[in-house]
Amino acid sequence: MIFFIKRALLDIRDNRFMHLIAIITIALSVLIVSAFVLFFVNASEILNTWKQGVRVMAYLKPDVADSQVLVIKQTILGMPGVEDVVFISREEALELLKADMKRQASLFENLGENQLPDAFEIHMVASARSWGKVEILAREIESVSQIEDVEYGQKWLGRFSSIFNLFRITGFAMGALFFLAAVFIVANTIRLILYSRREEVEIMRLVGASDGFIKAPLYIEGIIQGAFGGVLGVLTLFAAYLAISANMGEGIAGTFFQLKFLSFGAWFGIIICSMFLGWLGCYLSLKQFLKA
Amino acid sequence: MTIHEKGSAPAIRMFHVHKRYGKRNALVDITLDIASQEFVFVTGPSGAGKTTLLKLLHLVEPVSEGQILIDGINLSRIPSSRIPYLRRKIGIIFQDYKLISTKNVFENVALVLEVMNVKRSQIKKKVSSVLRVVGMEDRMNSFPLSLSGGEQQRVAIARAVVGDPKIILADEPTGSLDSDSANVVMGLLKGFNERGATIVVATHDHDIIRSTGARTVNLLDGRLEEPVKAEVEA
Ligand SMILES: Nc1ncnc2c1ncn2[C@@H]1O[C@H](COP(=O)(O)OP(=O)(O)OP(=O)(O)O)[C@@H](O)[C@H]1O
Ligand SMILES: [Mg+2]
Repeated sequence: MIFFIKRALLDIRDNRFMHLIAIITIALSVLIVSAFVLFFVNASEILNTWKQGVRVMAYLKPDVADSQVLVIKQTILGMPGVEDVVFISREEALELLKADMKRQASLFENLGENQLPDAFEIHMVASARSWGKVEILAREIESVSQIEDVEYGQKWLGRFSSIFNLFRITGFAMGALFFLAAVFIVANTIRLILYSRREEVEIMRLVGASDGFIKAPLYIEGIIQGAFGGVLGVLTLFAAYLAISANMGEGIAGTFFQLKFLSFGAWFGIIICSMFLGWLGCYLSLKQFLKA
Repeated sequence: MTIHEKGSAPAIRMFHVHKRYGKRNALVDITLDIASQEFVFVTGPSGAGKTTLLKLLHLVEPVSEGQILIDGINLSRIPSSRIPYLRRKIGIIFQDYKLISTKNVFENVALVLEVMNVKRSQIKKKVSSVLRVVGMEDRMNSFPLSLSGGEQQRVAIARAVVGDPKIILADEPTGSLDSDSANVVMGLLKGFNERGATIVVATHDHDIIRSTGARTVNLLDGRLEEPVKAEVEA
């Protein structure tokens, strides 16, 4: 084994240029595919955060009597998917608002009478935090006669979800495309190497080398190419990530969510994949060559 | 007692073998036994089919018709995955040497042992000693293209014998050598023969044949001529 690895390394040294091209191609493919993966990881992170915090606000009409509040609360609690209902009186709402906007406190001084409505904050059980269920619940709450308005983060999230899905599809398509391109280039590199040494391969066979003996170092070369390309691609992505997240931390977006990098497992998976890619390229060109 | 009665079962049996390249008949109806541990010359003018005969024995080319048995193994029945193992039993010296130009002398010879999975330290020892025998130990690090024809031929011989093969096939092994070196080479081959190897040498160098007095097989236009016993001439 060590002997084969040594031969593979010598081979790479002798064919530096071709290997470099293959490695860069793999790195580029890995970069693009893992950029998509990174996007998904972060996008689904945001969706998850939202799902965990899913809540529906129901605002009461101004003339609802205090005695009725408890009845309405019970009604809502009885609806499917509701975990908890908290009553927030107009006074509490004002206090919360003031606390949120301390610096602008002077605004409230001239406000006069409290214009805010009484409200319910409704939390949902985990299983009901899907898009459709939130919508159904909201409609049901709205049908209660004393409720004036129901609010939930519908519009932007709905749009985000569909964009997310669109990206997912293009991501898969691009990933597959780049994977194929990389396999093709690796296969070609190995083919060129084989072609440049077909005489040597022929002589090796004449002195009794088995196919395995001839193939093993080439497979190792393919896998090493894949590994180098994978590491290079992920490192480039990491550099890009550092640059972007450094900028974002200062901007508005930074306050809403933390941009995350790939987990160690994903790192590892990507590099294993690109090693597989190297192997596959090698397999394809050898299949063709050794038959000839 | 003739030399070919020395061994037991024949090392090589050819049975009505034909070889055609397209429409050209390179070998026609060759039936020939070579005993184990025998030393045989194959002679004939250029184009007679000597190289072709050796190529069939080494499975470089398939036969068109007939059967060849080596060590009792039928070459037309052998699965291609076994071919490398058969080739390891046979050392071959090609007329055009077939050295790998990107490997130095040591590596070229060592390759035979590497494919047999011999240990590194063993390889070093064996290759050095074989190169010493052919007088090339001081050119171990040279590359084939920097060697003279005769030197390349000696490397090719070293490569053919380094794996201790049971059978050695040599195609014009003295073709690029002066008569002194040629005698040295023939002496080497005789030595391997005495240590138990079956040897087949294709040559049209009749001086060499006369000086060794071994059995000679004559080819003419791909056909076997009446066997000429070396003893007749001696
Ligand atoms: N690969 C090939 N394709 C077509 N014809 C071939 C091939 N190899 C050999 N021949 C033909 O087969 C015949 C025998 O050739 P071979 O090389 O066996 O002769 P030889 O006895 O070794 O000659 P020499 O003494 O010149 O080496 C020749 O007529 C040659 O042209
Ligand atoms: Mg010839």
